[in-house]
Amino acid sequence: MSVDTDVKTLVIDEQEVSARSGQTILEVARENDINIPTLCHLEGLSDIGACRLCLVEIKGSNKLLPACVATVQEGMEVSTDTERLRKHRRTVLELLFAERNHVCSVCVSNGRCELQSMAQEQGITHIRFPYRHAAYSVDASHERFTADHNRCILCLRCVRACAEVEGAHVWDVMGRGIDCLLITDLHEEWGRSTCTRCGKCVQVCPTGALFDKSKIGSDHPKYPDFLPFLNLMREAQ
Amino acid sequence: MSKTKLATVWLDGCSGCHMSFLDMDERLLELAELVDVVYSPLVDTKEFPESVDIALVEGAVASEADEAKIRKVRAHTRTLVAMGDCSITGNVPAMRNPIGVEAILERAYIENASAQQQIPTIGVPKLLPQVRPIQDFVKVDVYLPGCPPSADTFHTALTSLITGEPMDISALTRFGA
Repeated sequence: MSVDTDVKTLVIDEQEVSARSGQTILEVARENDINIPTLCHLEGLSDIGACRLCLVEIKGSNKLLPACVATVQEGMEVSTDTERLRKHRRTVLELLFAERNHVCSVCVSNGRCELQSMAQEQGITHIRFPYRHAAYSVDASHERFTADHNRCILCLRCVRACAEVEGAHVWDVMGRGIDCLLITDLHEEWGRSTCTRCGKCVQVCPTGALFDKSKIGSDHPKYPDFLPFLNLMREAQ
Repeated sequence: MSKTKLATVWLDGCSGCHMSFLDMDERLLELAELVDVVYSPLVDTKEFPESVDIALVEGAVASEADEAKIRKVRAHTRTLVAMGDCSITGNVPAMRNPIGVEAILERAYIENASAQQQIPTIGVPKLLPQVRPIQDFVKVDVYLPGCPPSADTFHTALTSLITGEPMDISALTRFGA
């Protein structure tokens, strides 16, 4: 029997489910219509456990595990929606809002933003932490797109889409901790970088951090659904 | 039953929340049966009353006058409602924070002025170094986000506050709504 067909049985939110060995808790939960909130996860990209929204509780362990990268184990008992987890999720989101300048009312992604709708979903009506109000740059050097670092939540979907799917790896991160900043090439302006102008990073960006210049002042929906199909077609070749 | 004493307050905001409040249209008539508007930019009372049941506060705290006002409102209000994103997050007024007061005043009154280039100091309150949400200064009882919260949001929320019914604010509105 190959590893792929090795079946594990586990419990998620008191529901008995079965999974293939190597599957993540998130994959299995979603296959069984159990919702675990995520921001950095995106179908078609590798998972990095960056946003910590998908943290789940495992019975018998004090450690919270990110469901997007934690793989299933035989007999595991997973809780996805406890008071402790809800508290952590609200805190994570509030810290994101306090860290940079997410001014929803004047954002190009207002009404289409995953951070905004996630905050609403998690019942956030105000931020308990002091806003930093730090100065962030806006890179509008690219002929088609703009990077507004005020809105960036460092989910790194753009970095992964650019490296894993487009194969260009123009986007990356410099600095550490609170000083992390997305950069193109070795901190070149986006417009002078080796960007292939494919626009995948814009489509996968959950907020208004990366946007299409032609959409300023209008509705700016994003369509990240193409990624799994693109991967599928490539695998088939 | 005596009427609920309602106040509305306008700090650093665009008055859009007050406009949206007025967008309740004919529902304002039924609301008027339940509340007395005792203080508001929409009525002529000059001093904040001694005792107010519900105060809706629009706008962030941007000046010394705003700070004095919000502290006074808190001291005389039973239920303080932060109305709209400016009062809750700082929103657009707080976009001056990373730039700084001096640079902003310089830009507005010197660089961009074609005549009478001077920064006003007489008859205007001193700006605080940072525009902050009202919860940085006083305890807020209810948060009603939105830019502005819709008339429906106002109607549902006010009805709940007056009757004491529970409400799910996140089902009504969100930041930037």
